Amino acid sequence: MAQFRLPANSKIVSGKTYKAAPGAKDVRAFKIYRFDPDSGENPRVDTYEVDMTTCGPMVLDALIKIKNEIDSTLTFRRSCREGICGSCAMNIDGLNTLACTKACDDVKGAVKIYPLPHMPVVKDLVPDLTNFYAQYAAVKPWLQTRTPAPPDRERLQSKEDQERIDRPAACILCACCSTSCPSYWWNSDRYLGPAALLAAYRWIIDSRDEATGERLDALEDPFRLYRCHTIMNCTEACPKDLNPARAIAEIKKKIVERNH
Amino acid sequence: MQSSSRSGRPLSPHLQIYRWQYTMALSILHRITGCALSLGLVLFAYWLVALAGGEQTYAQAIGVFSHPITKILLAGFSFAFFFHLLNGVRHLTWDTGHGLERKSARASGWLAFIGAIICTAFFWVLVFNRIAEANA
Repeated sequence: MAQFRLPANSKIVSGKTYKAAPGAKDVRAFKIYRFDPDSGENPRVDTYEVDMTTCGPMVLDALIKIKNEIDSTLTFRRSCREGICGSCAMNIDGLNTLACTKACDDVKGAVKIYPLPHMPVVKDLVPDLTNFYAQYAAVKPWLQTRTPAPPDRERLQSKEDQERIDRPAACILCACCSTSCPSYWWNSDRYLGPAALLAAYRWIIDSRDEATGERLDALEDPFRLYRCHTIMNCTEACPKDLNPARAIAEIKKKIVERNH
Repeated sequence: MQSSSRSGRPLSPHLQIYRWQYTMALSILHRITGCALSLGLVLFAYWLVALAGGEQTYAQAIGVFSHPITKILLAGFSFAFFFHLLNGVRHLTWDTGHGLERKSARASGWLAFIGAIICTAFFWVLVFNRIAEANA
């Protein structure tokens, strides 16, 4: 049975407020989820007032500015700052997205920032993605073949065949989709989730892959695949504009077609 | 998965902070209307039993059905029927692999919801017209 309420150790208490310097002109409040594993205290929400005249446009710019100038204990993942590494995925203004591609101006009022939903929190905005990565590994995201490779060249595919996998292969594994899915929230122990299933789809439709049957066998399970109820939160959340919901629907279709 | 309570790590907030979107709203409404349809069948069964019981029990049932609370329940039941039907067609279409783009899914969602309201209104206009005709 799904647990809709937060466990006692996860309930959020009120936190501190860091006021902007007097004289700051364009002040914006950032309300950020904080959890310090060493303190033994419950998570809290701290408020940071940031002078936007000296801050970059993106939410990640504000986070870096806060860490540099206001509170160096603020912890978050970030790397490429251009939407290709997937590190800075978090819940901003109620929706999962990448902090580096989300503009502060796209948010009305205070900018509320939480870690990706329904995940174990390591510290502040850093969730434990161990299970998420294990699910990705479970779909065997690599080329599986039986026939020997051509001796003199690589395994080639047509332009059309490449275009079919082009979009699903653009997934950056940021986990925005999976952690936006209510079905994944309640069943992440057994349901693979949209990101892993999109990866599975990418290999199922790859013209060079020769393990399609085994891949479908592994997914044909009441939980692993069929906990998807086509809610579509995943497709709404994807910062790369991919469509995991459609990929999952296509997998379900392939299983039906194979059995009839 | 290692549960967060065992690892000592807190669970990040989910329902508490996720912004309600049309996607999850329609999904939960589909479930709620599905349950409402099952419960509504109790009313329907009561009506049939009363009908089989003869004139006196039937008159009693008519009394129950003309109560304002029952009328509101019946209106909800009919909305549940139309929404579940239209959204069910939406899900069937998805199962064929069509209509899963963000834009079309949003459009079909609104179509199912507003369509259900229109069908419900139309249905009750028909019912009240029939009742007025019968009383005339």
